[in-house]
Amino acid sequence: MLLDVLIVDDSAAIRKILQRVLNQAEIPLGEIYEASDGVEALKVLGSQKVSLVLADINMPNMDGLQFLRKLKEEPQFDTLPVIMVTTEGGQAKVMAAAELGAAGYIRKPFTADQIRHTLSSFL
Amino acid sequence: MSNVLPLDQETIVKAIQSATAEVFGMMLNLEVASEPAYTELPSSRPTDGVIALLGLAGQWMGSGIIQCDAGFARTIYMHMLSTDCAAGEDSVDGEVLDAVAELANMVIGNVKNTLEETLGPMGMSVPTVVFGRNFTTRAMGSDPWIVVPFKCGDAQLLVKLYLRHSPENTEIRRGFTLHREFSV
Repeated sequence: MLLDVLIVDDSAAIRKILQRVLNQAEIPLGEIYEASDGVEALKVLGSQKVSLVLADINMPNMDGLQFLRKLKEEPQFDTLPVIMVTTEGGQAKVMAAAELGAAGYIRKPFTADQIRHTLSSFL
Repeated sequence: MSNVLPLDQETIVKAIQSATAEVFGMMLNLEVASEPAYTELPSSRPTDGVIALLGLAGQWMGSGIIQCDAGFARTIYMHMLSTDCAAGEDSVDGEVLDAVAELANMVIGNVKNTLEETLGPMGMSVPTVVFGRNFTTRAMGSDPWIVVPFKCGDAQLLVKLYLRHSPENTEIRRGFTLHREFSV
């Protein structure tokens, strides 16, 4: 199974870093899509087949938790795994993401190994 | 209204030193050396270079700043993305500013995570980043800022933090306005 990944982060630098990590990881990778906030991410999901989402929390327009809530309200996306990749490490945010159905939580700064290890559990 | 932090300055400085060293080590593969921290009152002295700001909100509100010159901003970009920089020497482009903004997001965000253990939940804005020459910044209020300088080779990076007690602020808003002004 190829992993089609959507990266949602308002930082172009982080999107590029995650793309590089994904491309260098020894995983069966399909397409990589990008979005700079939750609104854009929902548009991508409406038109592309995605098997995993990596999403930041602090973003303009629609933040990562709002995006996650919206996603889980849609029956066609309620099993889509969403991993939060964020600076937010406080207990309240981690709990909120878990309650909304986040499949994983990676704190920034991260290492390539942390990303690879987390992704490998979804193959 | 009391503006006395329930944390001593040393604890805040250690949080800044730890977050900065971790972010530079993990994301840039660069070592930074911390220099003695100090406090400074808001001033209108002109500044050059790159400044990235994030607002903090909650019962303790304020701002965090990362400040460096254009050359070090380019170094940050090149190390973060493992690439060359298209921007000319002494200049920066949108990609460099984005990298510095994300660096500030990670440093101030991780300082916030530490502070939240004592100060309670805090919201954080998305970063605002400015590059220019001979510009001034002005913070609302007259309370001192904690400044932690770092050296990375010959380059200097300043991490600044300002917090003010705001007990009436029980709701953490997203996308709030930074309490800071710029003029050129």
